[in-house]
Amino acid sequence: MTGAIEFRNVSKSFGDRAVLDGLSFSVAPGEIFAIVGMSGTGKSVTLKHIAGLIEPDSGEVECSSRRIGYLFQSGALLAWLTVFENAALPLLETTRLGRAEVEERVRKALAAVGLEDAADKYPSEISGGMQKRAGLARVLVRDAEIILYDEPTSGLDPVTSASISRLIRDVGKSRGATSVLVTHDIAGAMRIADRIMLLKDGRCALCATPREFAASRDEAVAGFLAASKGDGI
Amino acid sequence: MRGIFEVFAPVGRAGVVMARSVAYAPYVLFRRRGLSGLFDQLYATGIRSLPVLTVVSLFTGMILSLQVGLELAKFNQEIYLGAAVMVSLVRDVAAFSCGICLAACVGSAIAAEIGTMKVNDEIDALLVMDVPPMRFLASPRVLALAIMSPLLAFYCCIVGLVGGGLVGATQLNVDFGQFSASAMSVVVTKDLVVGLAKAGVFGLLIGSISVSEGLGAELGATGVGKATQRAVIASFLSILVFGYMITRVCYR
Ligand SMILES: Nc1ncnc2c1ncn2[C@@H]1O[C@H](COP(=O)(O)OP(=O)(O)O)[C@@H](O)[C@H]1O
Ligand SMILES: [Mg+2]
Repeated sequence: MTGAIEFRNVSKSFGDRAVLDGLSFSVAPGEIFAIVGMSGTGKSVTLKHIAGLIEPDSGEVECSSRRIGYLFQSGALLAWLTVFENAALPLLETTRLGRAEVEERVRKALAAVGLEDAADKYPSEISGGMQKRAGLARVLVRDAEIILYDEPTSGLDPVTSASISRLIRDVGKSRGATSVLVTHDIAGAMRIADRIMLLKDGRCALCATPREFAASRDEAVAGFLAASKGDGI
Repeated sequence: MRGIFEVFAPVGRAGVVMARSVAYAPYVLFRRRGLSGLFDQLYATGIRSLPVLTVVSLFTGMILSLQVGLELAKFNQEIYLGAAVMVSLVRDVAAFSCGICLAACVGSAIAAEIGTMKVNDEIDALLVMDVPPMRFLASPRVLALAIMSPLLAFYCCIVGLVGGGLVGATQLNVDFGQFSASAMSVVVTKDLVVGLAKAGVFGLLIGSISVSEGLGAELGATGVGKATQRAVIASFLSILVFGYMITRVCYR
């Protein structure tokens, strides 16, 4: 095995709907790998395969590490815990760190995503974008070797969005974590990703560096770029 | 073949939830984090069920007393009214009405809560963070129901007796002293132990079924609603079936 993440000919159907159909790609250790594509093409399903939450119908998924951080598309915060308690949960439930250490790590993570002031709010009291960032803080408190981000910047204003993109890049590079980033924010992906993959019809339509991606004459890519400009996404 | 599988698969899933919840009992009962989660659930169980439970058991006792009392009156045997009400309540009726109320008030809430978590990827999030959902979610809920259910069934007995006594005194000319003397004369430890144990089993069943149906909720707007409905129906059925079987084993 060469990459940190390997997909070999992965297929997955739900009922009679084929979502992934012979998807193959590989992500190098420490790489920031972006996945783009239209809604419903199976980007989230791909991330769930990496996390081991979904088993492929056929093909193979291999990951070099089981220490995975996962920012879910919905944020997936627990409704009965505050932002602070949500971010502290993995530390309190799975480690024996002392109270002070937990507090410090959580404060740091919340500061990194700009949520210090919302620490004592419940998920229902904050906006969708803030829930996303709280979910991100919960990912940051753990030392994961593979980090999966499902649309981390959707629902954020451009300024916050840019700062989250930068944060993702910094976390990836400073911790040496392998990052996979699903996004609609094609401009953000161009800025921080090492490579970008366009997912179409359950397969990899193109997998290239941002520069190659932008210059590509591939019909699918051109169509996607035009569509995403038109929709303003 | 497929039909058989579809009927028994949920039974198997609930069985797994029950086994795992019991296996995590040492963590939930003896570790600080486990215990605080358990107390939250004990509190939620009591708060969610007490109002309905009080009304249900009061009226159950009143109905029992009235029906039995009218029959006894035909033979001038009203002095045994307390005994008749007591025996029915302690042996079966308290555990049953308590179980039905818990399934409706607490089991449904658990299935809806866990189903919503499932649909929102929160269960997956726990799995990725290496927090076992069975330890973090299932065990405190199932154990809280198993612990609270006998206590609430005991409470049901008392409220039911009060209801029965009230009807006796106001409708059947059996005064309160007579009623309670008769009632106290028949209680045997076995009845109480079996009745409360039965309630404990109902609690375990309701908790395991509700958690497992919640975890099985399907994506989509109706997924959580269907899961909640299945949880309540399955809880009712299992309360009746297991209630009969326990009675049969202990009293034949
Ligand atoms: N657990 C599931 N059960 C059934 N269908 C699913 C499930 N998860 C995803 N799907 C379907 O798979 C398709 C791809 O979903 P998804 O990966 O979420 O798309 P996106 O690329 O927008 O993230 C959608 O049609 C969705 O309805
Ligand atoms: Mg998605």
